[in-house]
Amino acid sequence: MPRKKKEQTVNPVVQKVKIFLNDEEIMVDPNNYLIDIADEHGIKIPHFCMHERLERTAACRLCVVEVEMRGNRIITTSCSTKPAEGMKVYTHTPRLLEARRINLELLLANHDLNCPTCPSNLNCKLQRYASELMIEQSRFTGVKRDVPVDDSSVSIVRNDNRCILCGRCVRMCNDVQTVHAIGFQKRGFDTIITPALDYPMDKSACVNCGQCVIVCPTGALSEKPGVQHVIDALNSGKMLIAQTAPSIRATLGECFGMEPGTNVTGKMVSALRKIGFEKVFDTDLGADITIIEEATEFIKRFKENRDLPLITTCCPAWIKFGEQFFFEELNHMSTCRSPQAILASLIKTYYAENIGKKPEDIILVDIMPCTAKKYEIQRPEFVKEADYVLTTVELGKLIKQMNIDFEKLPDSEFDNPLGESTGAGVIFGRSGGVMEAALRTAADWLEGKSLEKIEYKGIRGMETMKEATLTLAGKEVRICVVHTLGEARKLLEQIKQGKSPYHFIEIMACYGGCIGGGGQPRPTNKEILLKRMDAINKEDKRKKFRKSHENPSALKIYAEYLGEFGGERAHKLLHTSYSKKPYK
Amino acid sequence: MKMAEWEEVERILKKYSTKEDLIPVLEDLQEEFGYLSEEMLERAAKKLNVPFVTVSGVATFYSSFRLTPRGKYHIQICRGTACHIFRSDKLLTYFEKKLGIKAGGVTPDGKFSLVPVNCIGACAKAPAMMINEKVYGNLTEEKIDKILSELK
Repeated sequence: MPRKKKEQTVNPVVQKVKIFLNDEEIMVDPNNYLIDIADEHGIKIPHFCMHERLERTAACRLCVVEVEMRGNRIITTSCSTKPAEGMKVYTHTPRLLEARRINLELLLANHDLNCPTCPSNLNCKLQRYASELMIEQSRFTGVKRDVPVDDSSVSIVRNDNRCILCGRCVRMCNDVQTVHAIGFQKRGFDTIITPALDYPMDKSACVNCGQCVIVCPTGALSEKPGVQHVIDALNSGKMLIAQTAPSIRATLGECFGMEPGTNVTGKMVSALRKIGFEKVFDTDLGADITIIEEATEFIKRFKENRDLPLITTCCPAWIKFGEQFFFEELNHMSTCRSPQAILASLIKTYYAENIGKKPEDIILVDIMPCTAKKYEIQRPEFVKEADYVLTTVELGKLIKQMNIDFEKLPDSEFDNPLGESTGAGVIFGRSGGVMEAALRTAADWLEGKSLEKIEYKGIRGMETMKEATLTLAGKEVRICVVHTLGEARKLLEQIKQGKSPYHFIEIMACYGGCIGGGGQPRPTNKEILLKRMDAINKEDKRKKFRKSHENPSALKIYAEYLGEFGGERAHKLLHTSYSKKPYK
Repeated sequence: MKMAEWEEVERILKKYSTKEDLIPVLEDLQEEFGYLSEEMLERAAKKLNVPFVTVSGVATFYSSFRLTPRGKYHIQICRGTACHIFRSDKLLTYFEKKLGIKAGGVTPDGKFSLVPVNCIGACAKAPAMMINEKVYGNLTEEKIDKILSELK
C-alpha cells in the first residue's frame, strides 16, 4: 500500500497572548506574524516582498503598522513583527497611510509608468496599491531607470525598468528552485536583478520554469509573447491545429474571473474553434501514449535492474535542470518525450499522412501551462514539430482580443482521432499524476490482469516530497514524487552518491505540478492550487477509461501506425535523447 | 588567462574552502592581480561551492572590488556622506576631465584608473581620496594638480 512518509505532527498547546488590533481585543498565537494575524481578522495589509512560499525579508516596507508597547509607539513592518502581551497594533492610521504612500511614490519615482503596454497591466500589485492609495503623481522626480529589456530567452522576458527589487524572483530561483540563474547585482540606485555579470538570460542557468514570473508582483518578468505569431498564422492560409495540455481546462476560467477550480474543457474547445483552429486535439492523448511507453520502459528496466531509479521526463524545466547540473545521471531519465512532444510528433506524421497534408502545411499551436514549453519546442530534436506555444494567460488574452464572451460559450468536444483521452492523461496536470498514471498501467501489466485499484492517494497532495512502497507481482516497488526543483536536487544528489532507494521517480519543476506552471493565471497560491487540483481529480473520476493502456484511440494508433509498444517506430517518433547543457 | 596566472589563482584558492571565505578569496585575488576577471570569479565559485550569480553579486556590490584591470595609479574618490557635503562630486568630474576618462575607466596608457567609492573612513579630512594605498585629504583642484604632476 502506498503511504505518506511524513506523519502529521500534533501542535503543542501554545499560550496565547492578548493584543489590541485596531482597538479590538483579540487572543493570538505569539508565534504568528502581525500581518498574518491581521489577515485572519479580515484586514489585508499591502505588501510586495512577502510570499507564502518564500522566506521573509521585510524589504519592501509597505506592510508597515503602528505598534504601541509600554507607551512607545513605533512604525514597524508587520511581516516580521510578532505580537506580545498587551501590544496595541494599528493598521490604517493616517500616519501609516502616509508612510505607505511615500514608500509607493518612491517606488514609482524611477518606475516605467507605461502601464497600458505592460504585460501585467490590470494584474499588477504596484498599480493596484497606487490606485487604492489614490496616488496621482509621485512627488519625487529623479532619474528613471533605463536599462535594455532582456528578451534573449525563448521563455521569459526581463524588463528591469519595471522591477521594484522586492526579491521574490531571486528567492524563488535560488532558495526554492536552486537554479541560481538570477540574483541581486551591483548596489544602490544601480541595483538590478540579472544573471551573473549581466549575462543574458539565455546564457544563464535559467531552466525556463517561470516560477519567477508567477511570483513577480509587477511586469518585470513575463512570458515571451507568442499571441501575435498565432494571429499571423491564422491569416497564413495554412491549416491550424491546437493541442491543449491537461491542466489548462482547470485554470483557463480564472482568466475570465471564474472561480479557481472551474472545469472549462468544453468552453476552451469552443473558444479555440471560434478563434479559427480547424482541429482541436487533446495533449491528454499524448499523455496516455507517454504512459504506455514509459510503463514499458519502466518494466523493462525494473526486470533487468538497470538504470534505476527511472525518472519521468514530461517537464522541460526539469530536463534542462538535469542536463545542466546532473549530466552524469542522465541515464536515469526516461527517454520518452513529453505528452506535448509526442502529440506534436503524431500530428505532423500520423495525422498529416492520414489527411494527405504535408507537415509544413500544418501550423500546430500548443496551449501549455508552462513557459518552459516555449523552450522545449525549440530544442533541436523537436524543431519541425510544434510551431508555437501559448501559455494559459496568453490564450486568455487572445480570447479577449477576439472579443469572445468566454462564459457564454457552449461546451464542445475535442476532435478525433487525437482527442480521446483517459483519466490517467488528465491527472498529468498535477503533481503525482504522471506517477499515478504510470502505476495504473504498470501494475496491470506486471500483475497480468486488470486491477481494480485505480487511485493512489498516498502520492497526492501538496507535500513537495511524497514516497510510497508498493508490492507488484510479488516484488517491492519504491516510488517517489517531488515537485519544485529544490526537492529534485536532493533526489539527484542521492542518485549521484549511489544511495537512492527508489525504483521510479516523478519530478515536476513547479509547485503543485503543471497547475502551478509559470504560464498559469496569477495569483497562484496554495489555496488556488488545491482547487485546481480538485478540478483535475474530478475530471479523472468522470472519465469512461481511467487507465492509459485502455485508451481506444491510442491503441488504434499503435495498431495502424506505431507498431508494438516500445517498438522501433515508437522509439523513433516518441522517444528522445539528452545532452549536457552549458550555463553561466 | 595564462598558465602561470592559473597556477597563482589555484595557489590562492587552496587556502580556502567554505562559502564564508568568499570575500577573503576575492580580496586575495584582487590583491594579486589588481582586479577580478570572469574566470577568477568562476573558479572561486566552483572551489567554494557558491553559485556564480552570488559571487558576481558580491563582487559587484562592494566598490572595493574591480572587474576590469586597474591603472598603475588607482584613484578612489570617496563619495561618503562627509565628502559628499564637501562636494566630492565636483572633484570626480574634475578628475574625469583632467584624465579624459569616465569614472570606472582606465587611461589608454594604463597609468591611471578612476573610481568613486563608498566611505573610506577619512571623514575628518573630507573631501578625501586614495591613490593605491595612500590617503589624500582636504582636496582642492590645485592640490590635485600637484599630486598628479608628482606621480610618474
